[in-house]
Amino acid sequence: MTVAIKGIKEGLLVTLPEGEEWQTMIADLAERLDQQIAFFAGARILLDVGARPVTKHELTSLKALLERRDLALWAVLSDSDTTIEVAQALDLKTSTANVIPGRDTSEGSEVSPEEDGTAGVMIKRTLRSGRIVHSDGHVVVLGDVNPGAEIVAAGDVIVWGRLRGTVHAGASGDENAVVCALDMTPTQLRIAGHIVISPPDKRRRPKPEMALVRDSQIVVEPWHEDKEGLWARR
Amino acid sequence: MGAKVITVTSGKGGVGKTTATANLGVSLARLGKKVVLIDADVGLRNLDIVMGLENRIVYDLVDVVEGRCQLRQAMIKHKQFPDLFLIPAAQTRDKTAISPADMIQITDKLRPEFDYILIDSPAGIERGFRNAVAPADEVLIVTNPEVSAVRDADRIIGLLEANNKGPAKLIINRVNPDMVRRGEMMSADDVTDILAIKLIGIVPEDEHVIPASNSGIPVTLNENSRAGAAFRNIARRLTGENVPFLPMNDSVGFFQRLARLFTGQGE
Repeated sequence: MTVAIKGIKEGLLVTLPEGEEWQTMIADLAERLDQQIAFFAGARILLDVGARPVTKHELTSLKALLERRDLALWAVLSDSDTTIEVAQALDLKTSTANVIPGRDTSEGSEVSPEEDGTAGVMIKRTLRSGRIVHSDGHVVVLGDVNPGAEIVAAGDVIVWGRLRGTVHAGASGDENAVVCALDMTPTQLRIAGHIVISPPDKRRRPKPEMALVRDSQIVVEPWHEDKEGLWARR
Repeated sequence: MGAKVITVTSGKGGVGKTTATANLGVSLARLGKKVVLIDADVGLRNLDIVMGLENRIVYDLVDVVEGRCQLRQAMIKHKQFPDLFLIPAAQTRDKTAISPADMIQITDKLRPEFDYILIDSPAGIERGFRNAVAPADEVLIVTNPEVSAVRDADRIIGLLEANNKGPAKLIINRVNPDMVRRGEMMSADDVTDILAIKLIGIVPEDEHVIPASNSGIPVTLNENSRAGAAFRNIARRLTGENVPFLPMNDSVGFFQRLARLFTGQGE
């Protein structure tokens, strides 16, 4: 993570990465500014420090550093009350709404294009009888889950294959957890505190299905495309 | 290059491991191969009885491991086939009397002299099983078309895969075509659907098998036995010969398959 410098309508937006040493970042910033000093000169700076608490000393020295390069520290954007107090004491703008609308917390922070997702494990083989998979996240199996195999996940369970073993999704109590399989005939299926067993209909045609909790019971819904698209009604 | 070591195992007991080992051994010997059978079921030896060699035992596998005899002295020559030998298990000891390393050492000594070394594994997934599969180049899984046997076979296959001993090949033993047709027994397709390993033979249920085992004359020597014919086919497949299977698809020609079963083609 490095310091990001971006020209916006109000001036030059400098975003400091989270979790870096203040001195390192400032050195990095100075170097970056020096490389293109002619381009930046005269600009006013909006400094986004995130949740980091910044001391008065740090801010004054940064202000001086910028002024030596003919740059004016104009605003400090922060989620930290300490930092905001310090900035206000130095007569800098902190009320973000009139600086950058997107930064205003009342309207939600800027949307990153990066989707964070949640963690899980991937099993790229068939789980045979006697195999057990535990996960604090989700479990994805690229293969079958045979009778006698067991999956216990705090999150969701996705089986790209035949699910015939025992599966427990939302094992820590998450009722929003789901179980998906290309062929859903588990020995036993649990979501959070609910339990179902597969109906004994033999010779059925395998079809993709998703199990979820609805009105305090587990329902299994076929996975077919309708007019609104696969996920429309979820 | 020497012998290929083939271990016959199942997980569940009573599915026909020993019967399969004996019959495949005899069938391979009939094909002119040099074969030695090792009974790895220490403490519960059976293979000698099925082979009709019980009364010739002097030394056993544990005697070899513990140095009380030479390997050669524990090898019992078959009455009918001079190139077929049996190394019997000890009756009075347990599985801890031998180790996987012992098995590898013994088979390595035998390899130069033979074409096939067949190891009859005990049931279970413990020490005896590990002893039996340790030296294996190839593993045959014997199962019956019933849920409990298939479940155990699945477990065994998973253990073999985890130990890089796969892929194992499958023998489905004691299939009753009438029961399959009535939907009272799993079909070969039902079994392979779950186990997903290569099928090397389907052995029909056959009344000749038990008397043959009791008399010490493996059923494959009985030309009228369907099970015997099935074992002969499996032996030929083990040698690399391409012996065709009857169609496995229930919707295609089930009655033809049944008819062929009864005309003595085995599977």
